[in-house]
Amino acid sequence: MWLPAAVAAPAAFLALFFAYPLAAIVVRGMTQGGSLSVPWSTLVGEETLRILWFTTWQAALSTALTLAAGLPLAWVVGRFAFRGRSLVLAGVLVPFVLPTLVVAAAFSSLLPDRLDRSVWAILLAHAFFNVAVVVRVVGGYWAELGSAISDAAAVLGAGPMRRLREVTLPLLVPALAAAASLTFLFCFTSFGVILVLGGPRAATLETEIYNQAARLFDLRTAAVLSLLQLTAVAAIVLVTSRLEGRLLGRPRAPRWAALRRPVGRERGAVAAVLVLSVALLGLPVASLVVRSLSTADGVGLDYYRALGRETSVLLVTPLHAALNSLLFATAATAVALVVGGLLAVALARRRPSWLDGLVLLPLGASAVMLGFGFVIAFDEPPLDLRASVLLVPFAQALVAAPFVVRILAPALRAVEARLREAAAMLGASPRRVRREIDLPLAAQAAGVAAGFAFAVALGEFGATVFVAQADRPTLPVAIFRFLGRPGAENQGVAAALAVVLALLTMAAAALSERAGSRRSAL
Amino acid sequence: MLRTEGLEVRFGGRLVLDGATFDLAAGETVALLGPSGCGKTTFLRAVAGLQQLDRGRVLLDGQDVTRMPPHRRGIGLMFQDHALFPHRDVAGNVAFGLRMAGVPAGTIARRVEELLELVGLAGTNRRAVETLSGGEQQRVALARALAPSPRVLLLDEPLGSLDRPLHERLLEELAELFERLSLSVVYVTHDVAEAFALGDRVALMRAGRIVQAATPDELWARPADEWSARFLGLANVEVDGSVARVTRPEAIRVERRADGNAIVVRAERSGPVVRLRVRDSGGRELEAVVAAVDAPGKGDRVALDIDPAGVVVVPR
Repeated sequence: MWLPAAVAAPAAFLALFFAYPLAAIVVRGMTQGGSLSVPWSTLVGEETLRILWFTTWQAALSTALTLAAGLPLAWVVGRFAFRGRSLVLAGVLVPFVLPTLVVAAAFSSLLPDRLDRSVWAILLAHAFFNVAVVVRVVGGYWAELGSAISDAAAVLGAGPMRRLREVTLPLLVPALAAAASLTFLFCFTSFGVILVLGGPRAATLETEIYNQAARLFDLRTAAVLSLLQLTAVAAIVLVTSRLEGRLLGRPRAPRWAALRRPVGRERGAVAAVLVLSVALLGLPVASLVVRSLSTADGVGLDYYRALGRETSVLLVTPLHAALNSLLFATAATAVALVVGGLLAVALARRRPSWLDGLVLLPLGASAVMLGFGFVIAFDEPPLDLRASVLLVPFAQALVAAPFVVRILAPALRAVEARLREAAAMLGASPRRVRREIDLPLAAQAAGVAAGFAFAVALGEFGATVFVAQADRPTLPVAIFRFLGRPGAENQGVAAALAVVLALLTMAAAALSERAGSRRSAL
Repeated sequence: MLRTEGLEVRFGGRLVLDGATFDLAAGETVALLGPSGCGKTTFLRAVAGLQQLDRGRVLLDGQDVTRMPPHRRGIGLMFQDHALFPHRDVAGNVAFGLRMAGVPAGTIARRVEELLELVGLAGTNRRAVETLSGGEQQRVALARALAPSPRVLLLDEPLGSLDRPLHERLLEELAELFERLSLSVVYVTHDVAEAFALGDRVALMRAGRIVQAATPDELWARPADEWSARFLGLANVEVDGSVARVTRPEAIRVERRADGNAIVVRAERSGPVVRLRVRDSGGRELEAVVAAVDAPGKGDRVALDIDPAGVVVVPR
C-alpha cells in the first residue's frame, strides 16, 4: 500500500520539474502565435547544419583520441598485476569526477594562448575527461576475459601481434564499442569545456542553446535546437544502452585466468605506459595548481586570499559562491536521494526493463536543456519561481537523481531473494526482514549515491548557469565568470576557485567510496 | 516429526512437485536423493514455507503448518550457496536467529561461542563473511541454521560447491554432528554416495514424486523399479519385457578357472575392490566386484556363480 505513494511522490516531482519544462520547450519550439508551426527554417538552416556537423565531428574525434590515449592503460590494468594497480584504477577516475569547469580551467591554464580557444583544446580536454571510461570499461572487461583464450592461440602457434589482431581485439569489441559510444555521448553533450575552451567559432548544439537563450534572447531558436539535441541524444543513448547491455551477463573469467606480473620486455612497456599516462593525466591538474599559486611576485597564496574579497566580476565574494555551492549541493543531494531513492525502490521491485531507461532519460536530456526549460517554464504566474532559492537545488537534483537511481536500483535488486528467505527461516517476520536485511544493505548504497550526487551537484554547470541568480552564484558559475575576464589576476582567481572546487568534489567522492566499503558488525 | 502429504507445485503449467509424500521421524536423517531438476529443492522450499503449494499439506509434530509463514515454523534451512548476510560478521550471522527469537544478549553471546566451537570456527566472531573460505562459509551457515535449535533442519546440497577432499571431511563431520545432537534432518543431494553415507533412510525422488524411501541397504537390495536401480548405480540391469532383472555385482562370485565359461573383458580397481566386466559364452555381460589383490585380470577365463538372493525382478 505504501508502494503507490512511493511512486506518486517522485512522479509528481518529475512531472512538475522535468516533464513540464520539457513540454514548455516543445510548445515554444513547435508553435508560433498559438498555432502549430514546424520551424523548418531553423531546423534545416545552414547555421544549424554547421553546428550539428561540428558537434558530431568533434565528438567523433574526441572519442578516437580518448581511445588512443586510454587503450594502452586499459591493456596494462587489464592484463597485469603490479603494485599500485588499484591506485591507478582509482586515479584515472579523478579526471572523470572533476567538474567540467575545473577541467576547462585546468586546460586553459595549461595550453599556450595559441592553442587555448581552439578545437585542439576541446579534444584534449575531452580525452583527459573520458580516459577513465576506456580504462575502466575496456580494462575491466579485458581482466575478466583472462588470458586463457589468448594462451590457447599462442600454443597453436600465433605470435603476439597475431594474437592481438585475431584473438584479443575481436574479443574486446563489445567493450570497445560500449566505451566508445559512452565517450561519444559525453563529448556530444559536453558544455562547460566547449564554452570555455572553444571560443566563439566552436559552437555545438549545447553551447548554441545557451548562446541563443542567454546571450541573444532568441528563445524560439534555443527551443528548436533543444528539440534537435533531445532527438540526437535519445538516439545515442539508445545505442549506448544497447551496447552496454551486451557487456552484462557474460560469464566471468575463471579464477586461474587471473592477472599476472609482467615479464621481460613487458616490464618496460608497462612502466612506460604508466609513467606516460600519469604524466599526461597529472599535467593539467598540476598546471592548474601552479597557476593558482603563481602571483605577480612569485609563488604565493594571493589568489586564495582574494577569494574572501569583493570583486567586480561577481556581486558577492568568491568565498560566498563556495558557500552557495555547498548549501545548494546539500539540498540537491537530499532531494535527489528522496526522489531517486523512491524511484529505485519502485524499480527494484520489478525486473529490469524499459522503465529503467525511462528514468535515466533526464541524464540524456542534457543539463543545458533542463536549465533552459526551467527558465521558460517558471517565468510567469502561477509558477513564477525565478526568485526562488529552490530552483538551483531542484535543477541539480534532477541532474543527480538518475545517478542515484543507477546506483541504488541494482543494489536493491542485488539484495537477493535468498538473503530475505534465509532471514525468514531464522524467524524474521517480513517487517523485520525489511529492517534487518533490506535497509542496512540499501543504506550502504545510499551512502555511495549521496556522495556521488553531492559531487555531481557541486560541479553542475549546464543547468545552474541558467537558473542561478546573479547574487547567488555557485562555484562553477563563478569560475566561468572569472575565466571570461581577461587578465592574469582573474585567471589566477579562477584557478584558485577551481582548486577549491576540485578538492571539495574529491572529498565528496572519497566519502562516497568509503561508504561503499563500510560494514557493520552485530 | 515432519510429514508431507501429496505436495503439488506447478510452475507455469509444469508439475514440479507431483504429489510428494514423505515422513521424517524425530532424530532421523533422511537423504532426499534425485537427479537435478527432479524437484528436490522445490520440495525443501515447500517444507520451509518459502514455496506456495498448489495442493497438499505439511505437518510438523502433527500440526498442520501449510498456511504458516516460514518465520514461524521453527525450521532451519541451510542454503545451497549459504546465503550469508554480507553486512554482518560471523558472529552477527550466527546470532541472527537468536535475536529474532528475542533471546537475551548474554545468552546469545554464549550460544554463538558454543556454536562456533561446535563447527570448529572458534575465534572468528568478528571476521567479515566475504573473507572466509568456501568451507568456512559453509560452517558459518551451519552454525547459523543450528543456533535457534530448529525442530527440523533442512540442508540443500550444502557440500555442492566444495572440492573433493574438503567435501569428504565435512561429510563425516556432518554425519557425526547430526548423530550427536540427535537432529531431525532432511538432506538434499544428487550424489548417491553422499546420500548413502549420511541418510538413516534415503528418499528417492523422480519427476516431483518420491518413488521410494528406505534404508540404504533396502534400497540397494530391492530398488523400486528399473529407473531407480540405474540411478543408484546398480550396473546389471537387464530388461526383459515389462520387467527388469537386477543382479547386484557383489552377489556374483568370480573364480579364475581355465575351463570357465566366461571371460574378463575389463578390470579396474576402485578403492578396496576391483570391478570386473565379464562376458559369458552366451554373450551376456555382467559387472562383478571382487575384494582381493589377486583378482582376475583382463582376458582371464573365469567361472561365475550367482547367488539367487542377489537378484531381484523389478517393474520397468
